[in-house]
Amino acid sequence: MQQIINFIIRNKNFLLFLLLFFVSIVFTIQSHSYHKSKFINSANFLSGGIYNSVNNISDYFNLKTQNQLLSEENNRLRALLFNSNINIDSTFTDTLSFGKSYKFYTANIIKNSYSLTDNILLINRGKKDSIKQDFGVITTQGIVGIIDKSSTRYSTVISILNTTSSISAGLKRTIHFGSLEWDGKDPQIIQLIDVPINANVKEGDTIVTSGQSSIFPKGIPIGTVLDFKNDIAENFYEINVKLFNDMTNLEHVYVIENMHREEINNLLNE
Amino acid sequence: MNNSVSGNIIRFLALVLVQVLIFNHVNFLGYINPYIYILFIAFFPVKNNRAILIFLSFLIGLSIDMFLDSGGIHAAASVFVAYIRPVILKPSFGTMYEHQSVRFSAIDFGSKVTYIAFLVFVHHFVLFSLEIFSITKILLILQKTLFSSIFTILLSVIISVIFSRDTK
Repeated sequence: MQQIINFIIRNKNFLLFLLLFFVSIVFTIQSHSYHKSKFINSANFLSGGIYNSVNNISDYFNLKTQNQLLSEENNRLRALLFNSNINIDSTFTDTLSFGKSYKFYTANIIKNSYSLTDNILLINRGKKDSIKQDFGVITTQGIVGIIDKSSTRYSTVISILNTTSSISAGLKRTIHFGSLEWDGKDPQIIQLIDVPINANVKEGDTIVTSGQSSIFPKGIPIGTVLDFKNDIAENFYEINVKLFNDMTNLEHVYVIENMHREEINNLLNE
Repeated sequence: MNNSVSGNIIRFLALVLVQVLIFNHVNFLGYINPYIYILFIAFFPVKNNRAILIFLSFLIGLSIDMFLDSGGIHAAASVFVAYIRPVILKPSFGTMYEHQSVRFSAIDFGSKVTYIAFLVFVHHFVLFSLEIFSITKILLILQKTLFSSIFTILLSVIISVIFSRDTK
């Protein structure tokens, strides 16, 4: 017993190092597996609050470009609204969600990140605004990612620029689909893999979400085909997709809730 | 004693905030960021308890990880560097270290640069190995280590010159 205590006292620095290094490695391994990071994330009171107050100031620097983007979207939606014969009656608000399968929430990105291989963003909406895990996040131009952890006021988003993320997407022209992954290199270019060889891909084709998952609705734009090649087995395409979104400059985003998600998941898990 | 404790606390907080609010948004050439919080570990007084240094390094790394959502990579790299710091101190300062008389405010420029350079290289290599976490991407790890290290070393030397107390 005496010797054990002596050993511990003599090597206390080394043992402390081993313990703390082991703890950090456990956190690291957790962060590399999807939806597993438990303790250390930025959606807490302290880091969320600091990012939020700094973002209140830095917002002003790209106010002009963001306004431009939003007014362009307004313009597009207005054109859509007035050219289709939908009855617009602003005095009538439908408080029930009958027949609606997707619900949208607005949010602001308060921490952007694109230079790592596993990028995680932070938005200023949380459980208080009924944001939960596995809601989709998009901008006016394309998809951004999927909600991971929520605290009361903040949520972290697994960016599409994350090597652990995988989203079902396909060609707009045909119905063939594959999964969208990132190789960790260029923040403008993302990879679409496992597209069947008979899909007849052409350069410049538009890639949209496939609607196969319960997260994103069908047809949300992602990007265009930059180039493509067959994989080793020559049964599938590997496509480089140029994103519509500029992931380095994100501000206003929409969070999508699929109202039928639970039902779909229950059915799939049966 | 009290003065040095409060000084270290202020340095700790200042470096974390400066790191997460400014230096992580540099993104030079798309992905190169300096990690200057390592200065806290580099200039922690030598004669203080090593266990305290290792523990504080873990804390500073973990705070950075919390802000960056990076799991535990900064904590692991910081703890590693804090543990092997004596190994780097010895060749950088030679006899001065053996007499336990290294005072970071009174060392010459050349040995300061080599000391920081060694520390930063080891730190960044552990950091990017854990971030990328794949042996097949060893080239990407080395590339990121090299570029970020150069950037960090430059900034660290500049900062340590600006904030050094006595002017020789």
